[in-house]
Amino acid sequence: MAFNIYDFTSFTQSIDQGLNSVMPAFWAMITEMVIIGVAILAFYALVGLFLVYAERKVCAFMQNRVGPNRVGPYGIIQTIADLIKLLMKELVEIKKADKLLFTIAPFIVIIASFMAIAAIPFAKGLHAIDFNIGVLYVVAVSSLGVVGILIAGWSSNNKYSLIGAMRSGAQIVSYELSVGLSLITACILVGSLQLSTIVESQADGWLIFKGHIPAVIAFLIYLVASTAETNRGPFDLAEAESELTAGFHVEYSGIKFAFFFLAEYMNMFIVASIGATIFWGGWMPLHIGGWGSFNMVMDYIPPFVWYIGKTAVIIWIMMWFKWTFPRLRIDQLLTLEWKYLLPINLFNILLMAFIVLMGWHF
Amino acid sequence: MTFLFYLLAAVAILSALMVVFSRSPINSVIFLIICFLSIAGHYILLNAQFLAVVHIIVYTGAIMVLFLFVIMLLNLNTSNEPHKSQLTRITAVITGGLLLLVLIAATKDAVLIQAKNPADYNIGLVKQIGQTLFKQFLLPFEISSVLFISAMVGAVMLGKKDSKKN
Repeated sequence: MAFNIYDFTSFTQSIDQGLNSVMPAFWAMITEMVIIGVAILAFYALVGLFLVYAERKVCAFMQNRVGPNRVGPYGIIQTIADLIKLLMKELVEIKKADKLLFTIAPFIVIIASFMAIAAIPFAKGLHAIDFNIGVLYVVAVSSLGVVGILIAGWSSNNKYSLIGAMRSGAQIVSYELSVGLSLITACILVGSLQLSTIVESQADGWLIFKGHIPAVIAFLIYLVASTAETNRGPFDLAEAESELTAGFHVEYSGIKFAFFFLAEYMNMFIVASIGATIFWGGWMPLHIGGWGSFNMVMDYIPPFVWYIGKTAVIIWIMMWFKWTFPRLRIDQLLTLEWKYLLPINLFNILLMAFIVLMGWHF
Repeated sequence: MTFLFYLLAAVAILSALMVVFSRSPINSVIFLIICFLSIAGHYILLNAQFLAVVHIIVYTGAIMVLFLFVIMLLNLNTSNEPHKSQLTRITAVITGGLLLLVLIAATKDAVLIQAKNPADYNIGLVKQIGQTLFKQFLLPFEISSVLFISAMVGAVMLGKKDSKKN
C-alpha cells in the first residue's frame, strides 16, 4: 500500500528508543508522557481558537452577515483578543457557594474532553494510546464530563444554573446511549473495538459505504445524537438564553467560563473526529476499488489532511444544524431519544449483525 | 507497576473513607466517583480493559450521575440534615462495629487465590469476555437480561400516568 509513505510508526519508535538509550525506562516513560501531553495541549488550544473563529464566520454566513472582520485580516485574531479579554476578567466569587466544587467543576469538564483526544488516531502510528477497547474508552471518558456540568450547576447556588445543569445532565445521559449504540453498529462490521484496526479495515472503502443502509442509518443517528450530547443547537435548551440566562455556567466568569466554552468546542471536535474515524475512515484516503491511478493520487495527500478535512466537514454539518433548526422543547428532546432514536438503533444493530452474518457487506 | 498499584490503592481507600466521613452528600458522591475511578485503574493494571471501561461507563457515567441528580433535586445538605438523637448514634456505632468484627473474622482465614492461568494476559479483553459470556454462561446471561427488561418495564408502568383517571 502506498499510504505507507506517511507511516509515523518508525518515527515514534525512534523517539522511544532514543529516550530509552539516554535514561532509565521509568524516566523515559515519564518524558514520553510529558511530550505527548504538551503536544496534545498545544493541539487542543489551536483547535479551540480556530473553532471559535469558524463558528462565528459560519454563523455570519448563515445569517447573511460578515462576522468578525476588525481584528487582523478577516478578523482572524479576534479569538485571541477574546482570550486575552477573558483572561483579564475578574473571577467572581459567590457567597454561599461551595467554593471547592465551584472551582474544580470546569477542570472536570475539560479533563474529560482532554482524555478523549488521547485515543484519536491522527495518522498511521501517530496515536497517543491505542487501547484494545478504543471506542468504548472514548464513550466512557466523554461520559465523565456530565459530572462536571452537574457539579457546576449545583455549586453555583443559583436556581437557573441548577435547572440548566439538570437539563444538560438528562440530555447527555440519554443521548450517550444512542452515540454508543451507533458506534457499536459500525464496530460489528469491523469486528474490533480498536481504533487503529477500525481505520486500517477501511483501506478498501469507508464503513459508511461498506455497511450499506445500516451504516448510513447509524451515521445519521450518530450525527444527531452527538450534536445533542455536546449540548449544541438545536439541542441547546440547557442554556436557553431567553429562559435560563445561560444554563449551568451562569455564575462563571473569566477563565473558568472560558474553560466551559473551550470544552464545548473541543467536545464538538472530538465527536466529529470520532465520527470521521469510524464512519469515514479517519486518516485513510478515499479509495475506489479498481481505480488504481486514482487511488495512487489520493495516497499522496497526507493522512493528517484527510483526517482534518473529514472532521471539518462533520463540524460544518453540526454548525449548519445549529444555525438552521429551531430549538427543541425538553419533552420533544427526550421523546426523540427514547421513542425514536433508541428503538431504531437497536433494530439497526440487529440488521447490521444479520448483514455481517450473511456476508453481504464488502 | 507496583508503585502505581500502591498509589491507586491509597487513593481508593482514602476516597472511600472520605465518602463516609464527609458531611455534605454531594462531596460523598464526588469521593465515590474518585474511588470508582481508582478501582477502574486497578482493572487496567490487571489488563482487564473491558471491565475498567464498563465500570466507568456504568458506575461513574450512569449510576453516580443518577445519585447526583437525586441529591440535587432533594437539596440535601448539612443545614437541613435531620437531628439525630444520642441513642441512634450509639446504636449506629455498635452495629457498625459488629459488622466490622464479622468482616474481619470472615477475612482472617482468607488465603491468596492462585491464578488459574497466570500466563494468559488476554483474559480480560473484550473478545475473551464475549466468548465466555456467550458460550459458557449463555443461559445466566440471557436470564439476567430478561430480569433487566422486566425491571425496566415495571419502572415505565409505575411512572406512566393512568390515562383513565385524567
